[in-house]
Amino acid sequence: MTWAEFLPVIFMGLMGLSMFLYVVLDGFDLGVGMLLHRADDSQKDMMIASIGPFWDANETWLVLGVGILLIAFPKAHGVVMTALYLPIALMLIGLILRGVAFDFRVKAQDTHKPLWNRGFFIGSTVTSVAQGWMLGRFITGFAEGTAYDLFALAIAIALPCAYVLMGASWLVLKTDGELQRRAAQWGRTALIPVIIGMGLISLATPWVSSTVAERWFSLPQLIGLLPIPFATFACFVALWWTLSGARALGTLCWLPFILTIGVFLMGGLGLAYSLYPYVVMDRITIWQAASSTAALNLILAGCAFTVPAILGYTLFAHRVFWGKATELRYG
Amino acid sequence: MDLDPVLLARIQFAANITFHILFPTITIALGWMLLFMRWRWLKTNQRPWLTAYRFWTKVFALTFALGVVSGITMSFQFGTNWPGFMEKVGNIAGPLLGFEVLTAFFLEATFLGVMLFGHGRVSERIHMLATFLVAFGTTMSAFWILVLNSWMQTPVGYEIIDGEFHVTSWLEIIFNPSFPWRFAHMLLASFLTMSFLVAGVSAWQVLRRKANPSSAVALRAALTLAALLIPVQIVVGDMHGLNTLQHQPQKIAAIEGVWETERGVPLLLFALPNEAERRNDLAIGIPKMASFILTHEWDGELKGLNEFENHPPVKPLFFGFRIMVAVGTLMLLVSWVGCWILRRHGWQPERAPRWLIASIAGMTFSGWVATVAGWYVTEIGRQPWIVQGLIKTADVASSTPAPYIALTLAGYLITYAALIVCYIGVLRYMAEKPSDTYDPAPSGGANVLGSTQLARKAGEA
Repeated sequence: MTWAEFLPVIFMGLMGLSMFLYVVLDGFDLGVGMLLHRADDSQKDMMIASIGPFWDANETWLVLGVGILLIAFPKAHGVVMTALYLPIALMLIGLILRGVAFDFRVKAQDTHKPLWNRGFFIGSTVTSVAQGWMLGRFITGFAEGTAYDLFALAIAIALPCAYVLMGASWLVLKTDGELQRRAAQWGRTALIPVIIGMGLISLATPWVSSTVAERWFSLPQLIGLLPIPFATFACFVALWWTLSGARALGTLCWLPFILTIGVFLMGGLGLAYSLYPYVVMDRITIWQAASSTAALNLILAGCAFTVPAILGYTLFAHRVFWGKATELRYG
Repeated sequence: MDLDPVLLARIQFAANITFHILFPTITIALGWMLLFMRWRWLKTNQRPWLTAYRFWTKVFALTFALGVVSGITMSFQFGTNWPGFMEKVGNIAGPLLGFEVLTAFFLEATFLGVMLFGHGRVSERIHMLATFLVAFGTTMSAFWILVLNSWMQTPVGYEIIDGEFHVTSWLEIIFNPSFPWRFAHMLLASFLTMSFLVAGVSAWQVLRRKANPSSAVALRAALTLAALLIPVQIVVGDMHGLNTLQHQPQKIAAIEGVWETERGVPLLLFALPNEAERRNDLAIGIPKMASFILTHEWDGELKGLNEFENHPPVKPLFFGFRIMVAVGTLMLLVSWVGCWILRRHGWQPERAPRWLIASIAGMTFSGWVATVAGWYVTEIGRQPWIVQGLIKTADVASSTPAPYIALTLAGYLITYAALIVCYIGVLRYMAEKPSDTYDPAPSGGANVLGSTQLARKAGEA
């Protein structure tokens, strides 16, 4: 493989990395948003405080992910954006509502606060459902038909559940007392549909796509791939164990969050393996869609400096707000 | 009625960028203003500066959030509305947008959390650095976006191979002929918008008798800044116009309402451009003035619209430009008269005449009007091209059916209208709230978590 052929592979990796970071990082924000209406008023403030310093930066990974699609694979970008026109618009309105509700709720009159809380909940839910639907459509290469729509619908339900799991395990990590205990319970409730959903989707994907079926169910690949489902299963079992009883409420409070990341990572790896080298399933490969080598070289050089710096100062920001969340105050 | 999908896509994109620009226009400059307020507080230890900082930080957070969410919308609408644009100029536009995300978005978004909520968790110096990085990030973001926008107006440094654009020189692309003027013009616009917002809200507090000690200092700083910058903006705007005359003469012809090429062109103060009959109705003008301003000769020749096979629609440019200039003139008047009178009253707004305070409050959102009008002039002035002279907007539009676009457009418009109402409403509510709700007195509330170390020190002293 020459450098020119290898570059698109690197960018697919970078795009995958940003999308993965987006799903993990904004996943907990959206999950917390979808759990908001279950908490009482002081718990609501604490839940928002736990994501307050981060949500803005978390959302930026989506911009980078879509940005790389736009920059590195411009010929696929238009196809994807046109095919997903309506769900994208829906997601954007959801994201707008979520983002502004977050800021308005503490600045508006106290009597308007419940309204903005509801806006935050609705925005988070609409965003998550729309993202699930888009993922479902994307996996099948935007194929038309009832079976494909049902497949997308299943993911549109499963992904929000997974975000709720993510949000709940984030709250277990960042809060304590009654809220933490309730969060563990929310996590366990969300776990069941996530397990069922992920199992069904894993079975359905090869069924709706012959490309995926070939890729997974042939020897010797199958043996090499077995660790992915096994690791996912192990994460689920461990999640169930830690979220039951009081196990996650003490020093192990970080474990559910890490295990949930593990579940997302395995899902992401499985998906990446199924899709590669297509950027639009069965239609456009990464090499057909790629920008010129000169443009890619330039962006790669830029990424080589900036992405480590971004990761570095993201870690810094998390360190500044390390430990249990406290009431947010503007300084 | 048949809906034209290209027109709908343009309206949708225009609605989104119009809504978006309102917020970065404030935050780009407000970041630097916050840095200034913080610095004054550390330097002078005068409480009103901290009160002002705390109030405007909350405004910054709210404004920033609106900018972020509408910016994300924009990053998707490049693809949903203009898929052909990236296919053709992806090699140029892609890296520019990429560098914006990599060098600006992450920087501002990440350090925003530290800046807003990091007090008491990081040292004063790190906090100042975080505030600086947020301000720097917003400015960098403006830099990259204006590079791309200016390149679309005055494209250079490229070659076209098989209909696809390839880069020949990044230096030429970044410092393309219209970029320095547009960038300076926009940054100044941002500082003026912010100045009038800060001055206007402070004046509003005085007017409603809800002033706190920070109102006077914020009003003084903002109005002085506005008075200093507005003459600079007028000069830069003029040079930007001369640059446009050189590179996009059809835009100037539309702004001035010149149909036939002629010498000694009058400066039209008012007219109704009639595009069907290609003339102006009800024109009132100053003889030879347009020629003088644009060519610096009374008898200078200006090219008319009839010379161009493709030229932008005349009315929006003609009126948009006049609205921008009128608001700019008002800004000059209010800031200079305001500074003059307020100085004579020892910068104590309560003692100044009420009509003056009301005029300053009335100018709160004047920056928005001027900025949006100016952007309409420059963007509609590029039509029918998306990249001046090279790619037509209609050729890169998406094949999305018109009803889909109309449906989502309605959704966006309702959302945007509601949010602007909420934003102004909440801003007003925040301005009228007593300042001790967000800036508790040093002896009492300052020892709780999140207050500054210096405030704590001041409390102990």
